[in-house]
Amino acid sequence: MQKIIKIIILFIFLFVIGIFYISLTRDTNYNTSSLINKETPEFKIISFDDSNFFTRDDIKKYDYTLINFWASWCAPCRIEHPILMKLSQKKNLMLLGINFKDKELQAKTFLSELGNPYDLLAKDKNGKNSVKFGIYGIPESILINKEFIIIKKFVGPLSADDYNNIIKIIE
Amino acid sequence: MLSNLGNILLFLNVILSLSIIYAANRNLKISGGVDKNIFQLSLIQSTSIIICFFVLIAAFIVSDFSLITVYQNSHSLKPLFYKIAGTWGNHEGSLMLWAIILSIFSFLFLVYNKNHPKKFRLLTLIIQNILILGFLFFILFNSNPFSKISPIPSEGLGLNPILQDPALAIHPPLLYVGFVGASIYFSAAIASLITNYSEKSFSLSIKNWVLISWCFQTLGILVGSIWAYYELGWGGFWFWDPVENASLLPWFAMTALFHSLIVFEKRNLFYFWVIILCLITFTLSVTGTFLVRSGILNSVHTFASDPTRGVYILIFLSLMIFGCIFLLFKKYKKENYDLNRNSKETFILVNNWFMMFYLITVLLGTIYPIFTDALTDNKISVGPPFYNAIILPVVVVFLLFMALGPKAKWIKNKFENIRTYILILTGAIGLNLAIIFFFKSYSLLSNFIIISALFLIISSLMDILKALKKNKLDFARIISHTSFGFLVLFIGLNDIFTLEKDYNIKLGETKKFENYSIQLQNLDLKNYKNYQAVIGRLEIKNINSNQTNILNPEIRIYDNPKTLTYEAAIKTSLIKDYYLTMSNIDRSDYYNIKFQKKPLMVWIWISVIMIVVGGSLRLFSNAKNN
Repeated sequence: MQKIIKIIILFIFLFVIGIFYISLTRDTNYNTSSLINKETPEFKIISFDDSNFFTRDDIKKYDYTLINFWASWCAPCRIEHPILMKLSQKKNLMLLGINFKDKELQAKTFLSELGNPYDLLAKDKNGKNSVKFGIYGIPESILINKEFIIIKKFVGPLSADDYNNIIKIIE
Repeated sequence: MLSNLGNILLFLNVILSLSIIYAANRNLKISGGVDKNIFQLSLIQSTSIIICFFVLIAAFIVSDFSLITVYQNSHSLKPLFYKIAGTWGNHEGSLMLWAIILSIFSFLFLVYNKNHPKKFRLLTLIIQNILILGFLFFILFNSNPFSKISPIPSEGLGLNPILQDPALAIHPPLLYVGFVGASIYFSAAIASLITNYSEKSFSLSIKNWVLISWCFQTLGILVGSIWAYYELGWGGFWFWDPVENASLLPWFAMTALFHSLIVFEKRNLFYFWVIILCLITFTLSVTGTFLVRSGILNSVHTFASDPTRGVYILIFLSLMIFGCIFLLFKKYKKENYDLNRNSKETFILVNNWFMMFYLITVLLGTIYPIFTDALTDNKISVGPPFYNAIILPVVVVFLLFMALGPKAKWIKNKFENIRTYILILTGAIGLNLAIIFFFKSYSLLSNFIIISALFLIISSLMDILKALKKNKLDFARIISHTSFGFLVLFIGLNDIFTLEKDYNIKLGETKKFENYSIQLQNLDLKNYKNYQAVIGRLEIKNINSNQTNILNPEIRIYDNPKTLTYEAAIKTSLIKDYYLTMSNIDRSDYYNIKFQKKPLMVWIWISVIMIVVGGSLRLFSNAKNN
């Protein structure tokens, strides 16, 4: 019996140290690139003006959808905004904005100041819906096709390169 | 020049450690006392490592940017105080501090334990020096503070401004005395196992060291919390952050240890348990260092991480752990405790169970994310809800035991005046109801916590009366335990009665809530030596009492490195703190302000200080008795 206990103790420590060792070589930055080429989950998210809900059915109607997560309090969101405005002119791309953990008045001010690029605007007041999309900070954007497959994920503000990439994909 | 001098001194220390090991080993084989040379070598060792550290401080003071460490962590425009504090505010410098404490404790242990067997003392010295060697090699070959950079930069990168704070200047040294101080009883425990020195007197050789490290560890944690409260700007003082947890883990082990030592000293019980706790404490210190410095955990304490460091510490840690396990397996003998269920011994054992429960909970919470990541690729973080849910309910029972335990007698106890306890409990419940009646109601769990804290406080205070009659006053224990009761009480009340408001406000605007009004009266731009500040002037008015307070939160723009920090304005009084932070909102005239009224804040700090006072009193009385 004592021997078994000894072996178990030894094994536990070996296991812990082994895990520590493995962890050393891992990237501790959160990474959601594994979501690419996977289907987006079913979702039901409330529209910004509380009038209705958006689901995957709303995406089906367009060739491509870019879901953009933003907030008025997020400085990088301002940086990427002009790119979103440019993208909003593309016919076969639908822009779904999800206002993340924001105050309504401030969000409205933000859009009236900088323009509203979104075809559909939803909100996620407590951030719970965004988690389903693997969002952990904003801004983040997800490009999806008709079949709900995630084609690309953009972490951080969209850049000019990202813009060109998106155009290449949708055209 | 300083670089060469530093490196020479580091090498000298390696040679000294090797010589001490050699001399001690030779001395073991001959009869007589401990060789005088060993004392001298040990003294030279401590002195030279301190000089080496001063060389590094000098490099920081004169801003010698030919050293990478100075270049990366200092700046010529930094105030002198922070240049000096910057010496240990970084990875390399703090390792030097480790080496210093290891060496000084090694020397002092040798000097102050003359009444113990020679073999035991020499072996402790040898093991301690093996630890010192391990750290010296780490410093020399991996984290050398004297590494040069070429070409020499004309200016340094600066120290992160939120680290430029007096509290943070003393936080690491305090904590390290605790962390690293644990090394000496780690070494002593191994020496005791090897030499079969398991008599009661073994406890005398280590108990003061345990108390010293415990007092410093507690103070270190306290100063860290105070810093977080004043500097991080959201009014909390404990975040269950992995790095905070790393400092808490050895603290639990130390607390369990010095309680067990009481039993060991008195009744010659729990020898192996004491040894295990000695080993665990320092192992946890090194584990904490590993978790923090290797960068495998995400935390608000972002130390620059480097995987090779992690590998080195992990090897060191593994050697320690498996060495200890091997030795314990070899030497372990089953001990039969014939404990009476109602006795002081049992109560102290119960204290240990609680400590182990807290330790395991916090340890699991801290390393769980590493496991899920490595095994399942899931990134999760364990936050306050986990700790609160598991720890808080247990605290209730813990406090009750803490009140009863010290009154129990050794060997066989009988609680005579159960009526008194019922009376105390009634008193505690009454006080709790009074708080609810006069202020506001709170959750059931909070009720239990407040009642049990009051129970501990009242019964400890009654002990004073009783002890005064018998003229046998154990001040150390009463102060520590009562203060712990107060600590829990104040944290509880603080949590329940904190008032928090969040506004966007324009210059001249007034906001009203409950019986307060808050007005942004003025904004001022000022230039300082190494930063610019936007200083707000806000008036907080208590409408009922017509009392006004002016608070001046700041937004600071530091030059080196370029960073924005928000300085909270805090008005402290004995009853409450007003806590106010201000941040700018991009492209608008509005400022976001966060106001908090936090009752009894100061008393939380005072309670912890009193807990340490209790510990120090025990230390002094031990010293006097010896």
